[in-house]
Amino acid sequence: MNAALLETRGLCKSFGAIEVAREIDFRLERGARHALIGPNGAGKTTFVNLLSGLLRPSRGRVLLDGEDLTSLAQAKRVKRGIARTFQINQLFHGLTVLENVCIAVAERLGAGGSMLRPAGRRRDVLAEAVGLLETLRLEDDAGRRVHELPYGRQRLVEIAIALGLRPRVLLLDEPAAGIPSAESHIILAAIATLPRDIAVLIIEHDMDLVFRFAQRITVLVSGAIYAEGSPAEIAANRDVRAVYLGSAADA
Amino acid sequence: MDLTGILLGGLAAGMVLFIVSVGLSVTMGLMGFVNLAHGGFAMLGGYVAVMSMRHWSLPFPAALALGFVAIAALSVVLERLLYARLYQASELDQVLFSIGLVFVLIAAITLGIGPESQTLVLPDWLRGQTDLGFIRYRTYSLALIAVGTLLLIGLWLGFERTRLGARIRAAVDNRRMAESLGVDVGRLFTLTFAIGSGLAAVGGGLGAEILGLDPQYPLRYLPYFLIVVAVGGLGRVTGVFCAALLIGVLDFVLKVEFPKGGSMFIYALTLMALLWRPQGLLSRRGG
Amino acid sequence: MSRSEPALALPAARTLAARHRVKWWEALPWLAGIAAFFFLPSYLAFGTQVLITILFALSLDLVLGYAGIVTLGHAAFFGAGAYTVGLLAAHFGWKEPLSGLVAAAAVAGAIGFASGYVLLRTRGLALLMLTLCTMAILQESANVAASYTGGFDGMPDLTFAPLLGIIPFDVLYFRSQYLYALVVLFVCFVVVRMLVYAPFGQSLTGIRENVLRMHAVGAPVHARLVIAYTVSAAIAGVAGALFTQANAFVNLATLGLDRAAGVLIVLILGGYGRLYGAFVGAIAYMVLERALANAYPTAWQLGVGLTLMAVALFARNGIFGLADALRRRLAAPGSK
Repeated sequence: MNAALLETRGLCKSFGAIEVAREIDFRLERGARHALIGPNGAGKTTFVNLLSGLLRPSRGRVLLDGEDLTSLAQAKRVKRGIARTFQINQLFHGLTVLENVCIAVAERLGAGGSMLRPAGRRRDVLAEAVGLLETLRLEDDAGRRVHELPYGRQRLVEIAIALGLRPRVLLLDEPAAGIPSAESHIILAAIATLPRDIAVLIIEHDMDLVFRFAQRITVLVSGAIYAEGSPAEIAANRDVRAVYLGSAADA
Repeated sequence: MDLTGILLGGLAAGMVLFIVSVGLSVTMGLMGFVNLAHGGFAMLGGYVAVMSMRHWSLPFPAALALGFVAIAALSVVLERLLYARLYQASELDQVLFSIGLVFVLIAAITLGIGPESQTLVLPDWLRGQTDLGFIRYRTYSLALIAVGTLLLIGLWLGFERTRLGARIRAAVDNRRMAESLGVDVGRLFTLTFAIGSGLAAVGGGLGAEILGLDPQYPLRYLPYFLIVVAVGGLGRVTGVFCAALLIGVLDFVLKVEFPKGGSMFIYALTLMALLWRPQGLLSRRGG
Repeated sequence: MSRSEPALALPAARTLAARHRVKWWEALPWLAGIAAFFFLPSYLAFGTQVLITILFALSLDLVLGYAGIVTLGHAAFFGAGAYTVGLLAAHFGWKEPLSGLVAAAAVAGAIGFASGYVLLRTRGLALLMLTLCTMAILQESANVAASYTGGFDGMPDLTFAPLLGIIPFDVLYFRSQYLYALVVLFVCFVVVRMLVYAPFGQSLTGIRENVLRMHAVGAPVHARLVIAYTVSAAIAGVAGALFTQANAFVNLATLGLDRAAGVLIVLILGGYGRLYGAFVGAIAYMVLERALANAYPTAWQLGVGLTLMAVALFARNGIFGLADALRRRLAAPGSK
C-alpha cells in the first residue's frame, strides 16, 4: 500500500476540558477526492485548522509525505505544499481580484519579498495569475475590487488563491457555504477542474456536492472519526444515517 | 516620608486611577473601541464638581453626583451620535477620532473657562488627619482608599451577581454569541459607556486634589490610564484595580526616590508586562 | 517587446504591469520645490521644516499606510537620528553632514530593528502602548543623560561642516539647508517608491488587508513587518538628522508625543497609503498652522480636533481620498 500523502497520527486537541479532536488517525491519498462530513460542531473546521497549522495539536502528529509538520507554523506548511480555503472568505477585500491572486503566486515563486524590481515587471507572476483567473472564469472581474463582487464570485477567488499556491494538498472548507444551492454547480465545476495530481479534502454540508465529488468519505462526530469508506458504503451505513443524514435521506 | 506614608499616598493615587480607568477598560473590552478621550470625561467631571461647588455652593458629594449625571448624559449623546458610527471602523480611525475629541474638549475648556488650573476646596470633614490607631494619615487619602475599595466591591458584585453584569461579561467574552442569545449589545454599550464615563467624571472630581485639574489633564494622564487598562486587561475589573494600585504606588515611590528618570521605570515595566501578557496581567488568555 | 504576452491582453493585467511607471504629474512636487527656492526666498527656513516633516511622514506611511501598523511612537526614531547627529557633532567632533545622515540612519534603523522584532508580535492596543512606551523610554533616557544631551534644554548652537566640503549651512536664510533637504528627500522618496511598487510593498498591503490570509499564502509576515519597520525607522532617523543639521540644535521634543502625534495627523490629513499623501498633508497642515496657531492657539487646537473627528468619521482617506472621490464623481456623473 502506498504511503499516504497527508496523514495524521493520534491527533488530539483540547481547549481546557473540551476535547475537539480525539485520537484522529487520518490518511489522505495522492490524487484523492476525499470529503469530510459530520454534524455541526463535530470539529471538522478544527481538524482542517490542525492540518493547515492554524492550530497546534495537544498531542499527535501531522505528516506530509512522511515529513513531520506538527511543529511548523501555517506559512511554513504552505511552503511544503498544503493550501486551504476558509469557511468565511479570507481575501484582500480592498484589492482587485487579479492583485489577490498575484500576491499568492508571487509568494509561491519566492518573489513576495523582492524589493528592487517593480511588481509589474514580474510578467511570470502576472501570466500565471491571469491563467488561473481564466481557468475559474473570473477574468472579466480581474480589475474589480473583491468587495464589489457577489459572494459566489468571491468564493471562487478564494479557490483561485489556493490554486495559485500550486499545493500538493488542497483543503476546502465548505466551498459552497453561503451560496444558494442553485448556484453551487459553479463551485462544483471549479472543483472538477482541479489538477488530478492534487489531493483534495473537502468539508461540506451539501450532500449533493459531496456525493458527486467524493471518492472517499470520512464522517467526523464529536471530534472523532465515526466512519470511513466509499460513498456507497457511507450512504448505506445505518449508524451514519442515524447520527447525521437522518431518515429523510432514504434513497 | 516613611514607608507607610508612601504606600498610603500611592494607594490613594492608585484608587483615583482605578475609578477613572475602570470605565475605559470595560468599554474597550465590550466594544473594542480605542477611546483615548476617556481622560476628557474625567476632566469634565472635575470641572463640573469644582464649578458647582464654587458657584452654587453644592456640597462635595452632591457636586460629584452632579458630575456623574452630567457627564454620563453627555457621553450618551456623544456615543449615539458619533462613537456608534465608528464601531466597525479601523483602529486607526478610532484613535484619530478620540484624539480629535480630546483636542476639542481641551480647547473648549480653555476657551470657556480658562487655561489656569483649578483648585478644589475640600469640605471640612475631609480635611486634616485621621487617627487609625497604627497611623495618622490624611483623611482625604484614607477616604479615597475607602471609596475605591467600595467601588471595587460594588462593581464586582454588580458583574458577578446581577443579570446586567452577566450580560456585560458575556458580551465582552464573545459579542456575537451574546447577540445570538438575545442580548441587545447596542443598548448595553450605551449604558456601559454612560456608567464608565460617569465614573471617570467622579474620579476626576475626587482626584482633583492629587492629580490637579486643568485643561491639559486628559493628555497628561492619558499614558497612565492606558497603561492601567493595558496591564490590567480589557474588561477585567479586578485586573484594572490591581494594575491601578501598582502603578499608583510605583509612581509615587519613584517620584519621591528618583525624581529624574523614575517614570522610565514604569514604562519599562509596562513594556515587559505587555510583552509577557499582551492581554493583561490577570487575563485568562495568557501571552 | 517582441515576445507575445497573452496575459497583457487583459486590461487589468496591463494596469498592474504599468502601475510603477512614472506619471507626468509626479514631477510637479519637485518642480514646485525647486520653484519655491527661487520665488519664496524669505520662506526657506519654513520650507526646510516642511521638507523634513514630509520625509518623516513618508517614513510613517510605510509602516502605517502600507503595513497597517498603528504607532504613536514613531518620534522615537526621529529623535534617535536627531540626537545621533547632535551627539556626534558636540562630543566627538564629527561634523560632516552626509556621513552624519548615514550614522543617524544606522542608529535609528538598529533601534527600529530591535524594537520591531520584539514588538511586532503583538497587535492592537498592546502594540500601540508598546510603541508609546519605547518612545517614552528613549525620551526619559535622553533626559536622564542630561550631561551629554543637555536634558530638557537640549543642545543648542551646534555647528556642522560644509556640505561636500564647500557649501556651508546658511544660518540666516536656510538656502543651503533647503536644497540639501530637498535632495535628501528626493533620494529617500525614490527608495520608498521603489519599495512600495515592488512585490514587497504589495505584500505589506496584503498584511494590512488580511494578515491571516498572508500567513495562509506562505508569507513570512513577521519578517516582512520587521523589515518595513526597520527601513521606516532609518528614514525617520534621516529626517531627524536633517532637523538637527538644518536647525543647529536638538532637544527632547524630537522624542516627544507632540511630534509623534503631529506626524500622524499630517499623514492622515493628506491621505495614508498613497505616497504623496505625506506631501499634501505636511504642506497643508504646516501652512495652516503657521498662519493660525501663533495668533489663535486654542482655536487652532479646536480646529485640528474637529478636523480629526471629521476625517475619522467621513474622510478616511484624507485630502487625497477626497480628491479621488471628487474626480470619480466628476468623471462619471450619470452612473449609479
